[in-house]
Amino acid sequence: MKTKLANHMLLIVGAVIMIVPFIWMILTSLKSFSETMQVPPTIFPEEFKFENYLNVFASVDFLKYYANTIFLTLGRTLVQLFLCSLAAFAFARMNFPGKNTIFILILSVLMVPMQVILIPNYGILTQLGWIDTFYALIVPGMFSAFGVFLLRQFFMGIPKELDEAATMDGCSFFGIYWRIILPNATPALIALGIFTILASWNDFLWPLIMTSSEDMRVLSVGIAAFQGQYSTDYPLLMAGAVMSTIPMLIMFIFLQKHLVTGIALQGVRR
Amino acid sequence: MSTVTVSNKSKSNTIVKSKKKKFSREALWAYLFIAPTLLGLATFYMFPAVASFLLSFTRWDGMTAPTYVGLENVITLFQDSSFIRAIMNTLIFTAVSVPLSAGFATVIAIMLNQKIKGMVFYRTLYFLPVVTMPVAVGMVWKWLYNTDYGLINYVLGVFNLPQPSWLFDPNIALFSVILVYVWMTVGNNVILILAGLQGVSKTYYEAAQIDGATKVRQFFSITLPLITPTLFFVFITGMISSLQVFDLIFIMIGDSTALLEPLRTVVYAVYEYGFEYSQMGIASAQAFLLFIAILAITIVQFVLQKKWVHYDG
Repeated sequence: MKTKLANHMLLIVGAVIMIVPFIWMILTSLKSFSETMQVPPTIFPEEFKFENYLNVFASVDFLKYYANTIFLTLGRTLVQLFLCSLAAFAFARMNFPGKNTIFILILSVLMVPMQVILIPNYGILTQLGWIDTFYALIVPGMFSAFGVFLLRQFFMGIPKELDEAATMDGCSFFGIYWRIILPNATPALIALGIFTILASWNDFLWPLIMTSSEDMRVLSVGIAAFQGQYSTDYPLLMAGAVMSTIPMLIMFIFLQKHLVTGIALQGVRR
Repeated sequence: MSTVTVSNKSKSNTIVKSKKKKFSREALWAYLFIAPTLLGLATFYMFPAVASFLLSFTRWDGMTAPTYVGLENVITLFQDSSFIRAIMNTLIFTAVSVPLSAGFATVIAIMLNQKIKGMVFYRTLYFLPVVTMPVAVGMVWKWLYNTDYGLINYVLGVFNLPQPSWLFDPNIALFSVILVYVWMTVGNNVILILAGLQGVSKTYYEAAQIDGATKVRQFFSITLPLITPTLFFVFITGMISSLQVFDLIFIMIGDSTALLEPLRTVVYAVYEYGFEYSQMGIASAQAFLLFIAILAITIVQFVLQKKWVHYDG
């Protein structure tokens, strides 16, 4: 009983440390600029300045940042789910010469860190004329070694009897993939989908380097540039930060069961 | 007689033929399914990884053709005190943040594993920072850390505690950012360790209780050894990502040149050389040196795991 109480006390202290920055972000976003420059600081806004949010849209083309980020996230995620699952199906269910060699080659990509491929990619995308376009933002992110690996592991666990029956009925390879494997792999597809959505939405270094015009800015690059312009106007900056993070926070709260399962799977499987 | 043999032969022939044909058709379809991913990975990941290695030996501005300079870049870098400092910053960042994050996560996960009420509620709160855009996290903490108007120093002042200038004192700036990074990553580790804890069989504890082992004793001789494979995974993945920290550092430095020395990490240096000074050869060498360091540290971890990781649970 005593230990339970002590546990709760400690967990609450931790939870407060986790949540206070979010609360402070929201409270600051509703204060006036002069109020944030007071010593000692006020906790609650003296007057709720909801117009800070409108001011963000007035100062920069925030709607465009939103649209760009949504386009980038959807583009990468949908194509990645399709291409990764297709390749994973071949590795999990089909026989062909060179299967293991190709699989190991794909796995080797997992070891290469982002910053190593950054500079040559800048060269490649320049050659293709893709710098500062959606192609640069989306196309390289459509391929994922991690996704192939994760889905292949899951597909291997789907009972073989299911597709053998379908083969008897004269189902094509694509048919087996589409009608048998995919419907039976929704947990893995959802987990990969959430991982890709999060990584794409929050991605910063890649869009920072591969785009330069304001028209191509995504939210992360947008609010970073915003910080450069209005470095001390914290109500405005916090309003921008709130609006950039809220979609992912909402997604997490609704889909947390799937995300938690996905993360736990990685650690246990290895 | 002979006609029978012929028909039999032709029959078996067609079976072999169709089987062979089916196999090659299967292979063709498989290649077709793999081709887009393999081509994409080859173009944007495998080829660049090799190119990065080769570019390390060149002088290149990103526009004109690169010129071969041998080991000049590497020699320059090891004589450059600000790059050495960036390596030190990166190593300190990793050496402090990963154990801190794993340690806090272990304590939190053990508390959450006690059939506690509101487990999902706590887990949600601890995980929120993980899904938050790192750029936004950096902005919020920069504001919390503000020497004069920040919430943290206000609270410290209320309790009459010293009020450091978190980001602008060069001696503690890096540690201030490390704290933010721990705050950002702890939730992810909590979930991994919680999954590891839930895999520990209850029978071990029942046996320990019969033997009269205390809770503390149970933790050190049962729980901890059995979750070492999970902790190993947490350490490996944590180190690989913290050695590449960039977003948080970029935001914390902002436009203050005074923060460059105390906060610059290797990936930040890659960004500076590659995309601010257009010295892509040097930037490639920096990136590749970091890659080698990551590989080396990972290999050392795998070698050392025999000393502390138990896989017999």
